[in-house]
Amino acid sequence: MSNPNWRQEFPQIKNGLVYLDSAAMSLKPQRVIDAIDHYYQDLSVNIHRGLYPISVEATDLYEQTREDVATYINSEVEEIVFTRGTTSSLNLVASSYGLANLNEGDEIIVSELEHHSSYLPWFEIAKKTKSVIKFVPLTKEGRITVDHFKTVLTEKTKIVALTYVSNVMGFITPVKEIVKLAHSIGAIAVIDGAQALPHLKVDVKELDLDFLAFSAHKMLGPTGVGILYGKKVLLDRMDPIEFGGDMNDDVTLTDATYKDTPYKFEAGTMPVAGIIAFSDTIEYFNRYSVKEIESYCMELHIYALNQLKEIEGIEIYNPNSDTAIISYNLKNVPPHDAVTYYADQNICMRAGQHCAKLVTRFLGIQSCLRVSFYLYNNKEDVDRFVSTTKEAISFFKNMGF
Amino acid sequence: MANLENLYREVIMEHYKNPRNKGLVEGLGYHIKHIKNPSCGDDVTIQTKCNEGVIEDCRFEGSGCSICCASASVLTETMIGKKVEEAEAIAHNYLKMVSNESIDPSIDLEEAEVFAGVRLFPARIKCASISWKAFLETIKK
Ligand SMILES: Cc1ncc(COP(=O)(O)O)c(C=O)c1O
Repeated sequence: MSNPNWRQEFPQIKNGLVYLDSAAMSLKPQRVIDAIDHYYQDLSVNIHRGLYPISVEATDLYEQTREDVATYINSEVEEIVFTRGTTSSLNLVASSYGLANLNEGDEIIVSELEHHSSYLPWFEIAKKTKSVIKFVPLTKEGRITVDHFKTVLTEKTKIVALTYVSNVMGFITPVKEIVKLAHSIGAIAVIDGAQALPHLKVDVKELDLDFLAFSAHKMLGPTGVGILYGKKVLLDRMDPIEFGGDMNDDVTLTDATYKDTPYKFEAGTMPVAGIIAFSDTIEYFNRYSVKEIESYCMELHIYALNQLKEIEGIEIYNPNSDTAIISYNLKNVPPHDAVTYYADQNICMRAGQHCAKLVTRFLGIQSCLRVSFYLYNNKEDVDRFVSTTKEAISFFKNMGF
Repeated sequence: MANLENLYREVIMEHYKNPRNKGLVEGLGYHIKHIKNPSCGDDVTIQTKCNEGVIEDCRFEGSGCSICCASASVLTETMIGKKVEEAEAIAHNYLKMVSNESIDPSIDLEEAEVFAGVRLFPARIKCASISWKAFLETIKK
């Protein structure tokens, strides 16, 4: 069921906009915008350094977000590192933990479902350390399963870097079982949660995750803010990859010492406004429960999918998606042509490879269209999407495609 | 909608379905340039042979959307037989036209004129430009 508040809290929805690209970036509710405004209007100063009241308030709010995130994912407060986004979080793990702990012949398990930000950092570190990348064989449908995972797990596996939810297929990876297996041979798991946090309640203790990366902007939060959760024992052992202001304890002519976890990873001036506002995002999820949000999204998803399946001239690549993502093409119409038709009707969606070239390769296609639903969408959005799809098919047919 | 119909002009569709000078050839004297747009999957290679200051042959290979493929096909037809300087001027003028910048009206774009509709679709400028930019690379001295 939809909550009547949801849609009206998003000021971006106006002038007939149908926004179906939430898997790329979510819209932002008014209270998050207000929180950013508050920082810029009333504070607008740096944290940690200042010894005057508005800086103290900014610092308190900044640290409040860390506590809120920790409570939300059930971690310790010091286990939350602020970053620029999922990409930075994953690069930090690869460049620091990966570089220090991988040796020649060690194995890193990834999958073809990875977003480039969960693949390329490991690809590069593998080259540098002469370790070996192994792909979990996907099922015919494109899923990662525990059984398939077992076929690549060996004594040499040191890192398991997998996506929790695929940004193209919408499949949920059986993370809990996989992490358990990884731990049984002494490997650690680095989970890309960018698409998971907007749709699932994630409890890092229950899943026993070693590292989890996610982005605020995909879960109603501001741009430029990401989280790296890491087990304290692992973060403590890791060196920073950025050095500069704020992260050091003492600097002399011949030596330097660095702060403790997590501060040693937050060098220089951080995106303070966004981090402060991210607390309001977490509050939003606490208020409405992600379960409630997700069951509504799936209701829209099924409503859309059932209608799409009836339309002649469509190929759907993930008819059994676990989350509200549909990847498809209009037959004989290159996706960039198709998306222009939707855009002309103010329907926003994605066409391309979705930064996940290995997935489109797996599907045997150049690129595809993708729609994704979120809490601010409604059935009218789906209706307009479906009717526009039908019109697009006949338009392109008439044009000779 | 009228804009969309104007984008998919008959000539464009005709080139999309029956591309001219498609397929690369082996041979001496060809200059080649490959450009990819990783975000959308457009992938074009242009191959050009000049002889005494004249474009003797121009070919393409690639895949992508209709605008990308048709513009490559039209490019090859437009360029074969042109003097290199003339070809260069036409290509620059074409790239300005699709980007909605002011063009030199004294330069005849010939059939490539049909891509004028692209200027109303900023998201598609890249699709229409990729092969023409690759072409300019192949005639660079
Ligand atoms: C599964 C997945 N991983 C990682 C990312 C990268 O996130 P960001 O661009 O915020 O760093 C995305 C977003 O596109 C994603 O969908």
